[in-house]
Amino acid sequence: MTMFASNASAIRMTGVVKAFGAVVANRDAFLDVAPGEIHALVGENGAGKSTLMRVLAGMYAPDAGTVQVNSKNVTGWKTQDAIAAGVGMVHQHFMLVPTLTVAENVILGMEPRKGMQVDLHRAVIEVESLCRKSGLHVDAKAKVADLSVGEAQRVEILKALYRGAKILILDEPTAVLSPPEVRDLWTVLRALKADGGTVVLITHKLDEVIAVSDTITVMRGGMTISRFATEGTTPRDIARAMVGRDVQLHLDAQSGADTCVAPAATESTAAPSALPVLRVTNISVMSDRGTRAVNDLSFEIRPGEILGIAGVEGNGQTELLEAIAGLRAMQSGSVQLSSQDFGTRSVRERADLGLSHIPEDRQRRGLILDYSIADNLVLGRQQHFGSFGALDTARIAINAVEQVRRFDIRPAMPSLPARALSGGNQQKIVIAREMGREFSVLLAAQPTRGVDVGAIEFIHAQLRLARNAGKGILLVSADLPEVLALSDRIAVMYGGRFVTVLPAAQCTAEQLGSYMTGAAV
Amino acid sequence: MSSGMSGGTSTGPAAPPCEQQRKMQSTGEVRAIVQRLAGGFLPPLVALASAAVVGDLLILSFGEAPSTVFRLLVEGTWGNAYGIGQVLYKATTLACTGLAFALASRAGLFNIGAEGQLAAGGFGAALLGTLLPAGTPGLIAVPLCLLAAMLVGAGVGAVPGALRAKFGASEVIVTIMLNFIVLAFLNWIVSSKLRVPETLHTLPVVAGMVPRLADSFAAFRGSAANFTIVFAVLAAVVSWWYLFRTRSGYELRAVGLQPDAAEYGGVRVPRVMLVTMCLSGALAGLGGMNFVLGYKGYYEEGFAGGAGFLGIAVGLVGRNHPFGILGAALLFGTLSQGGLAVNAIVPKQLTDILTAVVILAVAVAVPEVQKQLRAAAANVTAAFYRDARNDVS
Repeated sequence: MTMFASNASAIRMTGVVKAFGAVVANRDAFLDVAPGEIHALVGENGAGKSTLMRVLAGMYAPDAGTVQVNSKNVTGWKTQDAIAAGVGMVHQHFMLVPTLTVAENVILGMEPRKGMQVDLHRAVIEVESLCRKSGLHVDAKAKVADLSVGEAQRVEILKALYRGAKILILDEPTAVLSPPEVRDLWTVLRALKADGGTVVLITHKLDEVIAVSDTITVMRGGMTISRFATEGTTPRDIARAMVGRDVQLHLDAQSGADTCVAPAATESTAAPSALPVLRVTNISVMSDRGTRAVNDLSFEIRPGEILGIAGVEGNGQTELLEAIAGLRAMQSGSVQLSSQDFGTRSVRERADLGLSHIPEDRQRRGLILDYSIADNLVLGRQQHFGSFGALDTARIAINAVEQVRRFDIRPAMPSLPARALSGGNQQKIVIAREMGREFSVLLAAQPTRGVDVGAIEFIHAQLRLARNAGKGILLVSADLPEVLALSDRIAVMYGGRFVTVLPAAQCTAEQLGSYMTGAAV
Repeated sequence: MSSGMSGGTSTGPAAPPCEQQRKMQSTGEVRAIVQRLAGGFLPPLVALASAAVVGDLLILSFGEAPSTVFRLLVEGTWGNAYGIGQVLYKATTLACTGLAFALASRAGLFNIGAEGQLAAGGFGAALLGTLLPAGTPGLIAVPLCLLAAMLVGAGVGAVPGALRAKFGASEVIVTIMLNFIVLAFLNWIVSSKLRVPETLHTLPVVAGMVPRLADSFAAFRGSAANFTIVFAVLAAVVSWWYLFRTRSGYELRAVGLQPDAAEYGGVRVPRVMLVTMCLSGALAGLGGMNFVLGYKGYYEEGFAGGAGFLGIAVGLVGRNHPFGILGAALLFGTLSQGGLAVNAIVPKQLTDILTAVVILAVAVAVPEVQKQLRAAAANVTAAFYRDARNDVS
């Protein structure tokens, strides 16, 4: 592999093989990263990117191959060694202690001390100054359990920086960030790079790869497929290398220019004058921290319309959707589906009235990971699959076979636990359950988060189909291009309110971005 | 880990031919079933094997031959009808308390209060048995007493259930404390109002006695085995059906696995917790019938004798599966009775130690086996993806 040769690499991994039982996650993986560069590691779900990075961070010992960091052979080292050598990893699934504060989490393992005690006061000061320096803003005294996913992500990065990471590995960091946050992250990474730091970025999003990286390594099926210099490479080249075929990229349309994207609103069949299917009137909702997360908010969704909510995570989107779904109490206001007032109706009653909900955290809320695919496909509708309290297992099985085929859930084995599936296929279970039945309003929160390119294509097609069939959809996504591509109208949520609601055809990403940060209020 | 372990893509290059896919699926499903069965039976077997090894060492340290002692143990339990009867009698109570623990456990609740619920159930049965008019036919009296035992047990279970559902109070602490309260209250009421002078027990019941097995099968003569065991087995079957074949069971298990997802799925989580604790208490209470109506005919202070706590071990070894619990109850019943059988040559505490070893071994083996199971499931998926990929290339 002479093409990877360079004199002094920050990271050089050669011929890495790593198997878990019968599963070979890495079969012949190479990675070569020069010091002071931002290196993108791309590939579909299950391509072996995370495993390779865990080998680098000392979490797994490779079965074969060598790992060099700063020209020193460190094959098979432990996490402590990696941290001591300045290699820090930010994981896709957070590794934080929810009951501790942000500052306590950041210092965990290397606490500043005052005598025998942990100097918590100094910890807070240090963490706050690190926040300022790095541009990653979090309340150092907040409990991690109360943070939004995006904020928790920032804590993870802070944790690595606090440990003096010079080589920072980020596993899909932007999956949970909004565009301004992503831009902030790029600023952080570029500053780190200017400081002589090295960054390896695992991501699905090709526009990000182009925007921020210097070099790109593409993996497929556990192997390194190709390596590009970012300059002169198009998203299409990368996508082809990733999946080994041409892919329909919705992102293509916007990746180059953050300009106006006219969605296919004209396809919508419903008359614009139709009565709203969802009417939210003056609702206020509290967050877990006791602050007002949603503040006197009103809006309507008409049949055949997708209302997209753009906004930085933690501005009340989560609480808004939970309140509509009946999972969180409202302080005031009302929610009506068609002409039915939800009032204090239960989650189940709302579902029976025609409300579907794709929750933002499928592993915590959307699925019971140890239940089979078949059992997960009836969650929330269990009362319709049986009589007199007994479950009709035959009907559950038939339903599973139908939905698995219709929504292309793989592997097509309804008896497998949901846990065994890839992220994209897990999401398809949720989509199949919520969209494969009668409904009039769909709440879709982060429907494509952490899902690979092929599944994104599929999920977007399903959402468009539902819209064209006259359903009302409330879409919340941290992925601004997704909101732009799917929505008919876009609302920007900031501080618990809609600061603006615009027809999507009149929106640009730049303009929304300034609303999202509160700059244009 | 998720992306690495599940290895594969949802946008595989192309679907393999239909025929092949079906074949792959069926082998995959068979593999999954085999693995699941292995996961069910392996931990108890590992536990038994380690108990045997520790037992050997202990027996050797007493200067006896393990083979002699184990032969005595088997002969004294499964070697004759009386021994079998005694094992069945002990297993009956343990099955009830084991089921009680397992049902709560499936809902993510740790019911350590079976001891108190068991005693309360026995008291309820005894009280009704003495109050019913003498000569009430068994067909009426037994079901009524059974109902009384279960209702009183459920009542005791309802307390931690309600406190958990309403205030989020830890059911672990509440059930532990409630054991003391319930047992002390029963002792007080029995010793101050109801006992027969010079004894620690109540008046004998006049109706609702459960017939002994010996009444139908003479060979069991002398043993305490009685037809309460039929109720225990029925309770296991109904528990299985409830857990795995009813909507309530589906919701109960969902609450235990992922309460947030259950809530999202329209389950009223606090209600499920309350109902589950009541059912759990009822199952433990049912166990009280075995001693009171099946054996002695009266409530006696301290009759539970730790069977409530041993139910935790039964639940663990039985993997919280109703049928596994029947097996585990027989195992612990055997060890308990076996202690008496070997007492002549080694201290009967030997079997107490074996019981403890089994519990420890299972506590270690179960999480390990579960981990293996998850990895195995991931393997099945990965194999599917790999085959799909190989087919195309």
